[in-house]
Amino acid sequence: MRERAASFGLFPHLILWGGLILVAFPIYMTFVASSLTPQQILAGMPLLPGAHLIDNYRSALFEGVAATSGESVARMLWNTLVMALIIAIGKIAISLLSAYAVVFFRFPLRMIIFWTIFVTLMLPVEVRIVPTYKVVADLGMIDSFAGLTIPLIASATATLLFRQFFLTIPDELVEAAKIDGAGPLRFLVDTVIPLSRTNMAALFVILFIYGWNQFLWPLLVTNSAEMTTIVIGLTRMIGTGDGRTDWDIVMATAILALLPPALVVLLMQRWFVKGLVETEK
Amino acid sequence: MQRRVVFRGKTLPYLLVAPQLAVTLVFFFWPAAQAFWLSVHRQDPFGLSSHFVGLANFAAVLADPDYVNAILRTAIFSLAVTVLVLVPSLLLAVMADRVVKAAAAYKTVLLLPYAVAPAVAGVLWLFLFYPGVGPLAFALHALGIDWNYLLNGGQAMALVIVIAAWKQISYNFLFFLAGLQSIPRSLLEAAAIDGAGEARRFRTIIFPLLSPTVFFLIVVDIVYAFFDTFGVIRSVTAGGPGRSTEILVYKVYYDGVVGLDLGGSSAQSVILMAIVVALTALQFRYVERKVHY
Repeated sequence: MRERAASFGLFPHLILWGGLILVAFPIYMTFVASSLTPQQILAGMPLLPGAHLIDNYRSALFEGVAATSGESVARMLWNTLVMALIIAIGKIAISLLSAYAVVFFRFPLRMIIFWTIFVTLMLPVEVRIVPTYKVVADLGMIDSFAGLTIPLIASATATLLFRQFFLTIPDELVEAAKIDGAGPLRFLVDTVIPLSRTNMAALFVILFIYGWNQFLWPLLVTNSAEMTTIVIGLTRMIGTGDGRTDWDIVMATAILALLPPALVVLLMQRWFVKGLVETEK
Repeated sequence: MQRRVVFRGKTLPYLLVAPQLAVTLVFFFWPAAQAFWLSVHRQDPFGLSSHFVGLANFAAVLADPDYVNAILRTAIFSLAVTVLVLVPSLLLAVMADRVVKAAAAYKTVLLLPYAVAPAVAGVLWLFLFYPGVGPLAFALHALGIDWNYLLNGGQAMALVIVIAAWKQISYNFLFFLAGLQSIPRSLLEAAAIDGAGEARRFRTIIFPLLSPTVFFLIVVDIVYAFFDTFGVIRSVTAGGPGRSTEILVYKVYYDGVVGLDLGGSSAQSVILMAIVVALTALQFRYVERKVHY
């Protein structure tokens, strides 16, 4: 469309630059503040990074601050990584298996089981906070990775996505496998899982970010300092009125908290876009 | 939809669904059932005994002026967030759709907020606007604005709305861009040849073809504003100052976890579940099927 391109020229770029600045400004300023001393931040901060980048990150990673009971950010990053990986891999594994059963078998209660899984789509943890907490407490799962991850592992969206995909696998493939004498588990391992690789990668990206960014659930089920996740630790570092806030350390921690999911989005953008469009629609 | 060729198996399919079914029953259905049970019972202060009170908890919740205010506040909050997300994302997507050079780079940066946790996004913005600390708080003071969101409820609300919208822009941008790119070029070219200007093409071709995306995103954004903004509220204002940013999901948390009002919090949970079910039903029934021009 020559006419369109000619009449607009630089205008779209101007708008897009406005969008980029809006999106990047808070992240950039946080990064700048993470390279300054507290005095520099409070005395009207500059727009370019300072000289204390390495000091601040080392101090955050290995020393922590009083507000988080001295728990180091390195430990929080580890906790968060373990939580995010268990949630992402666990969701993919149990959804893959249940979708496989629902699509490739006929058995009594099949549709009831499918709908039981499906309606969980409508019950986000935010709306059933107290009773879910009570169940986890009764099972003695407070302050453990099991309590942190298992309640979040059931996922209707992943099951639905796998189901949609499995329905597109040609019948001929199943028949060929049967003629070759392959049982259902052989077919799952040799054919279905390799075919699902792209779907699994796309889901992994979305679910890793979902797991990493959990806030309300870890806030409820972790009490001890050594189980703190980085998102929780970060919010605890900000003094509420009486306490002093070490803004340089807080800003370094904020960058560390957003870096892993941001890298996943940047490096695995193709899977990320695929996952986002397919899981949520 | 069903497969024609399936495997035979008596116990294997049950074993395959068992893990997911177990998690779903223990951590979804059992708590949801408990929420219903608790919502119609009242416990004594020591949690030793409870008795059936019918709909008294619901009546108490709905008669509580704090709850009614929280409903109104949530309505304003989610409406503001939805508008503040949709308009800039649509504008950015329309612009990105016509840019050839550097389009991928723009897209990459615009996707970043999705990766940032709501609570972390809250901290980034809280720093910028923190009275006596943040550069934007200084800038506002220099402009003669008496900025202190820690004391001023209206300012606090404006701040959490902006943060919540910022985080959701990636998602909306991506869906708008996908929607725009699926519009056949030939249609737009034919309209251009017939003499339809830029604005007219947007109004008569692009926007109608985009309407299913718009409706879908409205529902998604409302659900997001209702439930996924807890981290923003908690990290920036904790519902304050003086309840001025206490939306429904924050109130459920606060009343149940901090206030230990199990009956009241559970009644609120049940009300929220009804809202989610209604919104999800809307999304599936209305949005996906009927809004096609």
